[in-house]
Amino acid sequence: MSVNITILLIIIGCAVVTLIPRLAPFLIVRNIKLPEAVMKWLSFIPVCILTALIVGSVIESGDDSFPGINWQVLFALIPTLVIAIWTKSLLITVIFGIIVMAVLRNFM
Amino acid sequence: METAAKEELSFLQGIKDCVPTLLGYISIGFAAGMIGVASGLTVLEIAFMSIFVYAGAAQFIICGMLATASPASAIIFTTFIVNLRHFLLSATLAPHFTKYSVWKNAGIGALVTDESFGVAAGRIFNNKPINDRWMNGLNLTAYITWIASCVVGAVLGKWVSEPEKFGLDFALTAMFAALLILQMESVKASKLKHYVMLILLMVAAMYILSFFVSVDLAVIFATVIVATVGVVTDK
Repeated sequence: MSVNITILLIIIGCAVVTLIPRLAPFLIVRNIKLPEAVMKWLSFIPVCILTALIVGSVIESGDDSFPGINWQVLFALIPTLVIAIWTKSLLITVIFGIIVMAVLRNFM
Repeated sequence: METAAKEELSFLQGIKDCVPTLLGYISIGFAAGMIGVASGLTVLEIAFMSIFVYAGAAQFIICGMLATASPASAIIFTTFIVNLRHFLLSATLAPHFTKYSVWKNAGIGALVTDESFGVAAGRIFNNKPINDRWMNGLNLTAYITWIASCVVGAVLGKWVSEPEKFGLDFALTAMFAALLILQMESVKASKLKHYVMLILLMVAAMYILSFFVSVDLAVIFATVIVATVGVVTDK
């Protein structure tokens, strides 16, 4: 068990740049009242960002300019979405998704 | 929905509300720990990374870049870009915590993740109250589970050669899918069409933006653009 000093410094650097965007809104918003339009804009963020994260996992950014599609992820995603709509359960959806992906990778 | 308003918002309730997301943290944490070991990190270094960085996708990328001996500046800059989306998550949550002290706000903000945000935003969306104790219960449960999972994954990683075979990495996408569907659950019937339109627009925006920028930047740009479209087209 050891810690390489270079790796430790990289971890600290990464921690600082991760902390800034997480903390800034909490420290800024205290002092200013956000206008109605901004609050409304923020209300659209959850659905937008969750969609972005899902789509982002399907897109494969290759070295060339054309973004590819990770068909394996897409094929696993479709039944996972159906199960999510059907069960409305976070836990069941995650377990189901893992199993579908394991099946796709091992048997297809 | 009226009955839900009476439910007590304790630290314990926050822990309970975190439970459905734990499998996601555990599976991704395992995978992150295993990949860390495969990238040549020690268990202690992986523990430090999960304690201080505490971000799933970024930890995978840091490990990957360390394995290919990328320069420190490139690793830190990439981490910044990958985690910049937290600004949007925090900005959405922060207005609900303004009455608490600076330190309490800092404590809550430091532990914001996609998943804890998803759970908290689900409550806000449903016009259910959130408070500091509940948020801390949610955040700390996720944080401790994440660190423990990364460490266990790192220890197990010495014996498992191909963690992808178990499909664990897909847990993250599956969890986002479930969180999105749960969000949509609470959208009023009259607004459903508007939201579906925005989701389709997001898919298109993500794909088009990916031609020009990295996927991580596309997440941020597409969200900013489509949320703006959402405000403009909202009746």
